[in-house]
Amino acid sequence: MTKQQANWSPYDNNGGSCVAIAGADYCVIAADTRMSTGYNILTREYSKICKLADKCVMASSGFQADVRALQKQLAARHLIYQHQHNKQMSCPAMAQLLSNTLYYKRFFPYYSFNVLGGLDNEGKGCVLTYDAVGSYEKVGYSSQGSGSTLIMPFLDNQLKSPSPLLLPAQDAVTPLVEAEAIDLVKTVFASASERDIYTGDKLELVIINAAGIRREYMELRKD
Amino acid sequence: MFRNQYDTDVTTWSPAGRLFQVEYAMEAVKQGSAAIGLRSKTHVVLGCVNKANSELSSHQKKIFKVDDHIGVAIAGLTADGRVLSRYMRNECINYSFTYESPLPVGRLVVQLADKAQVCTQRSWKRPYGVGLLVAGLDESGAHLYYNCPSGNYFEYQAFAIGSRSQAAKTYLERRFENFTDSSRDDLVKDAITAIRETLQGETLKSSICTIAVVGVGEPFHVLDQGTVQQIIDTFEIAAEQEDPATEPDAATGQEAATEQGTAADQGGSTDEGAAPMDI
Repeated sequence: MTKQQANWSPYDNNGGSCVAIAGADYCVIAADTRMSTGYNILTREYSKICKLADKCVMASSGFQADVRALQKQLAARHLIYQHQHNKQMSCPAMAQLLSNTLYYKRFFPYYSFNVLGGLDNEGKGCVLTYDAVGSYEKVGYSSQGSGSTLIMPFLDNQLKSPSPLLLPAQDAVTPLVEAEAIDLVKTVFASASERDIYTGDKLELVIINAAGIRREYMELRKD
Repeated sequence: MFRNQYDTDVTTWSPAGRLFQVEYAMEAVKQGSAAIGLRSKTHVVLGCVNKANSELSSHQKKIFKVDDHIGVAIAGLTADGRVLSRYMRNECINYSFTYESPLPVGRLVVQLADKAQVCTQRSWKRPYGVGLLVAGLDESGAHLYYNCPSGNYFEYQAFAIGSRSQAAKTYLERRFENFTDSSRDDLVKDAITAIRETLQGETLKSSICTIAVVGVGEPFHVLDQGTVQQIIDTFEIAAEQEDPATEPDAATGQEAATEQGTAADQGGSTDEGAAPMDI
């Protein structure tokens, strides 16, 4: 007598990759705009990036329905915060909120692999990387999604982020200038699009710095 | 108001068919400091008189943002008002979450009224002691509603509640026919003037009043002190044109000594005495 298996899954993987890189006074968050299911493409123009607060942006890959639900939850909670505290949530505050929101559904998780990027309270770039149930870590750079296995080793090679286990504690922020970081992100996505079938179509970049938030786009392979 | 034997319980009718507890709650609204509201076709302006317990304390917050398209000004028990604002904010957030569109003002007002009515029909509750002027914008245009502790609500072109509000109401009654087509700035000026009417002689300063606006393309926000003071200054200039000795306008080149005197009196946010906390 074999164990009964589910004949239906509540989850689907819509693919895609996300990357974020933190600098001394900026943060770059990027994701491709392809949404797939199985071997098919649903759309070439879907944004995986969501602005949660003034200086805080989240990119998520995985199951986009869960991603959308998660974004709405965070947006509602942010509104409540603003009413109570009369100011926007800081990036570290939003980071903890995201972690708690994900763990709240520990036994029916959001199938969402998130990267949070923004400026912390001192204006330095910060990137936080999450798993599906809310475990998170502040890092200098990160990638998530279907292309992350291709992207992450390359970022490790280029950015040489210090280990958090080192003493004395070193800054988890990269030495790159904003323009160099943007260039690196573009290179990395172009490479990932070559071999990962779920990454491609268009790259959406969001750059946060003291001047505000701006968006850039770049074409990627359509195949 | 005289004491009756039918006024202890909110669930006890008087022989004349009145619920005295509810009427006493409306009295509480009349005792609060004034709040006014007026609307045009595209904008709604709320104003209130700031009351501070003492020179040392900050002013009570009487205007609350409920959502980008709705704001409320209260008069009466401000604690009750705070609780009701929290309820309204929650309702707006929940509606937006479900329908991805802003809660129509009329709906919110009905929900608020029903909530107030419950308190008039339970022996273990008491009516909310606060009157709310709800200003909002939705698909059907700009709206101003007044919610009573009794659970009634009415829509208004312009209204005033709280102490000495009759003076403001008289002013508004004279002018309200023009409000529909007023520009946003004229509406704000009228609001400030209406507030001045309730002060009855006290000098109008930006530290005494708070003004908030919501309109087409303009989410609900409270105007900052500097802006309000500037508008007040424009009145003072117009009103005191005949009395050059007290004119505060530096550009007219009056004697420097007189100007220094008046500038100190009517300077912007660096007012003497009760400088309110920035809430």
